[in-house]
Amino acid sequence: MIPFILTVLLAFVLYLLLTAGSGSTGVWAYSEILIGLILACAVGVVARNFLCRHRNYRMINPLRLIRLCIYVLVPFFVEMAVANLNVAYRVITGRIRPGIMRVRSDLKTDLGTMMLANSITLTPGTLSVDIDDSSGDLFVHIINIEEGEEQKALLRAGELFTVSDLAAWIRRIAE
Amino acid sequence: MIFEAVAPLLLAIGLIFNGMGMVGLLRFPDVYTRLHACTKTTTFGTIFTSLAVIVYAVDWFIASGEGQYIMLGLHTVIAVFALAVTNATGAHAIARAAHRSGVHPARAVVDHLKGAKQ
Repeated sequence: MIPFILTVLLAFVLYLLLTAGSGSTGVWAYSEILIGLILACAVGVVARNFLCRHRNYRMINPLRLIRLCIYVLVPFFVEMAVANLNVAYRVITGRIRPGIMRVRSDLKTDLGTMMLANSITLTPGTLSVDIDDSSGDLFVHIINIEEGEEQKALLRAGELFTVSDLAAWIRRIAE
Repeated sequence: MIFEAVAPLLLAIGLIFNGMGMVGLLRFPDVYTRLHACTKTTTFGTIFTSLAVIVYAVDWFIASGEGQYIMLGLHTVIAVFALAVTNATGAHAIARAAHRSGVHPARAVVDHLKGAKQ
């Protein structure tokens, strides 16, 4: 029952976001709310086992959601800006020293690993290529490896970021 | 109004970054480094062009008070989030497929993945 209610709520909120402003003064028209509820229930029936596959509900904790919003807006956005200036510099000068390194994240959940892999792809000079399913290690293509770094057997996830440790942020959000 | 000055600035920043991604696509030697250029810079550039749309929508909502401009702004926000997630995931899928089909990174100093798969 809980997966159904959560899926319906998520679908309904998304529908309301998509149709905001359909009423005359910026609120929703009654017909939109009614259709949204019917469609959200239909989505809930079909998709409840996809959204809550592991029956693990820690992401509905509002504290985690607030942390997620802060994470996306501040540290992640700053890292992205740095990443873009970095890549722009390498585009212009052509100074690259690429390679694929093993990166240990110590994240245990699928969601945490996915967020880390996507954050790595969008931040400075790094692109996640593959994952080692048994240990959860990521293989990361780094566009500019520092001299001597390639001797190491693996990197810690925190070392990939320049401004703040995004891996620690993700651990606080998802685990 | 102030929005009319801000929107072209945001559009210019977005276009510069998107253009940079395109130059990188032409200059870099292999598929992985090209993915670096075209995922990061185009996501960031598109965030700025979308911000310009949001600024435009807010401007028109304040001027006219019509609900359709709220809808325009919110749809753009949702599109930006969808783009950021799918761009990263798509780059990951392309890189993984390339490595599996035997494309090794050009001028690489180290390749741990090659050793791990053997």
